[in-house]
Amino acid sequence: MEKLEFKFPSQALLAAAPPALCGVVGSGNLEILVRSGVDRQICEISVNTSARGFGETWRAVLATFAASQAVGGTSIAINDMGATPAVVSLRLAQALADYRGGAQ
Amino acid sequence: MNAPLPRAWDSLRQSRGKRLERAASLGLHGKNGKEIPADRIIDLLEAVIERGDRVCLEGNNQKQADFLAESLADCDPARINHLQMVQSVLALPSHVDLFERGLASRLDFSFSGPQGARLAKLVQQQRIEIGAIHTYLELFGRYFLDLTPNVALIAAQAADAQGNLYLGPNTEDTPAIVEATAFKGGIVIAQVNERLDQLPRVDVPADWVDFTVLAPKPNYIEPLFTRDPAQITEVQVLMAMMAIKGIYAEYGVTRLNHGIGFDTAAIELLLPTYAAELGLKGKICTHWALNPHPTLIPAIESGFVESVHCFGSEVGMDPYIAARSDVFFTGADGSMRSNRAFCQTAGLYACDMFIGSTLQMDLAGNSSTATLGRITGFGGAPNMGSDPHGRRHASPAWLKAGREAYGPQATRGRKLVVQMVETFREHMAPVFVEELDAWQLQHSMGAELPPIMIHGDDVSHIVTEEGIANLLLCRTPEEREQAIRGVAGFTPVGMARDKAMVENLRDRGIVRRPEDLGINPRQASRGLLAARSVKDLVRWSGGLYAPPSRFRNW
Repeated sequence: MEKLEFKFPSQALLAAAPPALCGVVGSGNLEILVRSGVDRQICEISVNTSARGFGETWRAVLATFAASQAVGGTSIAINDMGATPAVVSLRLAQALADYRGGAQ
Repeated sequence: MNAPLPRAWDSLRQSRGKRLERAASLGLHGKNGKEIPADRIIDLLEAVIERGDRVCLEGNNQKQADFLAESLADCDPARINHLQMVQSVLALPSHVDLFERGLASRLDFSFSGPQGARLAKLVQQQRIEIGAIHTYLELFGRYFLDLTPNVALIAAQAADAQGNLYLGPNTEDTPAIVEATAFKGGIVIAQVNERLDQLPRVDVPADWVDFTVLAPKPNYIEPLFTRDPAQITEVQVLMAMMAIKGIYAEYGVTRLNHGIGFDTAAIELLLPTYAAELGLKGKICTHWALNPHPTLIPAIESGFVESVHCFGSEVGMDPYIAARSDVFFTGADGSMRSNRAFCQTAGLYACDMFIGSTLQMDLAGNSSTATLGRITGFGGAPNMGSDPHGRRHASPAWLKAGREAYGPQATRGRKLVVQMVETFREHMAPVFVEELDAWQLQHSMGAELPPIMIHGDDVSHIVTEEGIANLLLCRTPEEREQAIRGVAGFTPVGMARDKAMVENLRDRGIVRRPEDLGINPRQASRGLLAARSVKDLVRWSGGLYAPPSRFRNW
């Protein structure tokens, strides 16, 4: 296991909402929990992953997510079992859509 | 005036006569002179095959003349040697045995699949000379020019006493092989699964066939085109949604071929759900050059599909096909007639789109399934996945693509050639690379060309989980490179993109993201698949589809 912590500046998400959980912890998959965070301009992400040594890839995937979406003010927890960047990006988009959906 | 040197003008016929006499002298003429007992097949092969002959051993990635292949490999290399094998596929261990045992020395072929590693080793040891790696149509073409077989060893479902053959749903390559051999003084030997007094239909007339042998067991058929929907991932669903909305719908693609794989299986399974929701029924995917993919059943049952012509059949699909004769090509007996040569022709000239997958793609869009230490070949993909310059008939999809590529005054259209890949394969191997392994392979194999499956200038679109790149709209090599980098995700090639240029391409619609296409990521779930298991496919077929046991888990 490897634990990674990231903080990215991101445009503030308009409304806080109840937590949203997306995905499952299974081989090649991951679960993502989106909750409201502390700082409205920051997206905090913590990653627990079974695959060691992919820190830079995680940073790139998560930075792209935080730059392209308004996710400031969220705290995201990820439990990963070796998902590819493709799966991670899709799950992030789904988790955010679920979280936003909950805010409506 | 010099008198021409006297020569025989019928040496092929004379040679054929001598071969048949040798067989007859061994008592190898059963009833009507054609039925040979299985235990004398080696005697027959040694009698009719000569040193240095060109021999076609029938086999594709579906049916295999496996008994004849094993028998030929068991012949005495002191009697039969220096054979030049001309065959579609090198698939069985016995095919490679021919070279390892010193019976054959040269190979012209299309695809090697599972024997790719053994083949590469033989080449490195200089125990095999590869003439060329072809597409199927090229190889069939050369059967009628400079690679005509002296002897063809083929597989048929059944023979009657006269030697007429019934090929069953897996007609595949047989007509092309037999026609070239039988009409140029060659010998045709067929292994059959059964002998019948009355054939369901005659696919090969008896006077094109010299010998038939009842094989000890039915010829092997690989269920190569069966994809279990249970293994389709949500990323594949997302990519399929992008392909349908961003390409199929926009170009109005009605005539097409799908490559083999889970990416395209996902598209097939989204037709009755997502595509129907978008109002695309009757507007896309009506006419197919395609093997009978079980994953196409829900689309057929939903009324999406008008016609399917097949290269070969697929294990378990025959009863379903026979019951859907409006859709499939079937004989008067009810069973399907496939034909690889004609279906490849349809794929090359009559389809508006090919969509398939690859293992590697470079920054020019060249793609290859060759990896180091393996010689795999191409099969039919380059015929499907290329823009045929000899096409002259128009269609809306072809015209739209042509105008995107060549401008509004274009005098020709353009086939859509779509490569659909996830940016990483298993074990985080990037699909997008600076240089294809094919180049290194060319050097290590001493080949004249790198084994590129689909050339970049034939590719119109690339679909990845990150988006769609439309290469038709790129105007410079730099734009093309950045469009490819722009969908290459988090591979090193993708990370090295010029972000500003990719955003500019996005503004021009050359690179499009799922959100640009209005795709809701929450919809990208397995729940959108019309069938989520093989059992679902059986249900859709009304119980007509009978999957092979390895796909049954209920």
